Amino acid sequence: MGSEDVWIIGSNMTKFGKHPEKDVVDLASEASVSALRDADMTMSDVGVLGVGNLMNAGAGIGQQLQKQIGQTGIPVFNVSNACATGATALRVAIMAVKAGETDVGMAVGVEKLAGAGLLGQRGPKPKSETWEPSGRFGAIGSTEGRIGTNIMPGVFAQVGMEYGHKYGGASFELFAKISEKNHAHSTLNPLAAYQKRFTLDEIMNDVMIAYPNTRPMCSGNCDGAAAMIVVNDSKLQSLPVSVRKRAVKISASVLTSDPWVEGCQVLPDVNTLTRNAATQAYEQAGIGPEDLDLVELHDCFATAELVHYDNLMLCEQGGAVDFFKSGAPWRDGAKPVNVSGGLQSKGHPIAATGIANIHEIVVHLRGEAGDRQIEGAKVGLAHVIGLGSACGIHILEKAA
Amino acid sequence: MTDPENLESIQQVPFVDYLVLGEHPYLCANECNQCKARFFDRRNACASCFSDEFTKVRIVTTGEVTSFTIVEMGPVPYVSAIVDCEGTPVRCTLIGVDPTPEEVQLGMKVELATYPMGVDSEGTEAIAFGFTPSKK
Repeated sequence: MGSEDVWIIGSNMTKFGKHPEKDVVDLASEASVSALRDADMTMSDVGVLGVGNLMNAGAGIGQQLQKQIGQTGIPVFNVSNACATGATALRVAIMAVKAGETDVGMAVGVEKLAGAGLLGQRGPKPKSETWEPSGRFGAIGSTEGRIGTNIMPGVFAQVGMEYGHKYGGASFELFAKISEKNHAHSTLNPLAAYQKRFTLDEIMNDVMIAYPNTRPMCSGNCDGAAAMIVVNDSKLQSLPVSVRKRAVKISASVLTSDPWVEGCQVLPDVNTLTRNAATQAYEQAGIGPEDLDLVELHDCFATAELVHYDNLMLCEQGGAVDFFKSGAPWRDGAKPVNVSGGLQSKGHPIAATGIANIHEIVVHLRGEAGDRQIEGAKVGLAHVIGLGSACGIHILEKAA
Repeated sequence: MTDPENLESIQQVPFVDYLVLGEHPYLCANECNQCKARFFDRRNACASCFSDEFTKVRIVTTGEVTSFTIVEMGPVPYVSAIVDCEGTPVRCTLIGVDPTPEEVQLGMKVELATYPMGVDSEGTEAIAFGFTPSKK
């Protein structure tokens, strides 16, 4: 990394779920104030603020947040980057600290999505008397259903099915078993939106959304926020030992977008940019996938989790089905994946997700994960992907 | 307002501008003159090599399903698929096949088909495309 290391000294996420009594700024405030308290700091210590929110991307949620927790005149970066929005906000804070612009940065991701319904669907177009071509395809009507699908469960279903076509072995039942794992994990996470364990039969016989993804195999729209405080080495050394001993090192922080590959115009390629980000992250950290004690990856749908075992190089190329069947990604397996319950049960308040997944790693590395603690966890990886696309990967290490 | 000389021919428009109608309809891509990357939509420059010169190319009308999903939200289930047309991936809806995992298979051979989707207030008929299981 060249310059000084960056450390997480404060971290918090709200309970994910329905928060009808709280607005977006309330949720952001709750996570931010708790993260500051966790770092034993106040807003007067913070030199830069990165804030992610997708549904109100033009509303200046960062400044609205300052008005509730402290207006100190520091630079605010409001960011939106699809499902990678939270990771992007954190990248902004990390980059500012690494660039030497400030010693202390704060990142916040927040979303209110409960009851938002299916994402990726466009509203009906105004009816015209005559066929009017519009857009870059010159389409005379909505392409949804007419030229395949744009809805997220359908797009990610095809991502998983494409992997199955390429390497074999990816059946409806296999995808459902991935979901069974994550729902089982969620029963130990009090901050998850859903903590219900499902049997394989229940998952496979639930409402089909987009084959092979049934309802429990889809991430849940919900409300939530997560926040983090980061500092450089010099600042860390000046802090009390109680803060230093809980500090978690950011060994890699990477954000990538799609390089051109054939076919990415017809089906988003979530693989290449994830693999690129993973390669960069492992190199930055000087750590390999074999060193990871736990992984939080972007299981927006059960079909997505499978391909990311491969993209993050947790298995050999083409070996994701065997990797899952070996039991490795269960919490008592060789490479625990999504012990938080993942997006399928923890929930997916979009802009909060990219910080909340890092929070999960932080909690384990600090040894504070309670019933779901992965014993002796020293190294973890958090991955998030936003269609379009943007991929964020962070590798964290326990303080030596 | 109808031109008496054209009474015989019904005006048709394609659902998207990369569908070329006629006796043998086909899909048409903008191919980058430099790197041969293909795009179905209008592009300002090539996403692969940044060149800004394109040529229209005809896409073969047969292919193989490399991925699919059956979308069951909404009143009528439909099959969204990716079809590899001899190296050019195409996104489409599968038609002429039951939208069930028993009927739709990865690797199945399909071919381009068109169908009318309705007539507007001026009598122009819109033609859409899908891919349907190959007859051979």
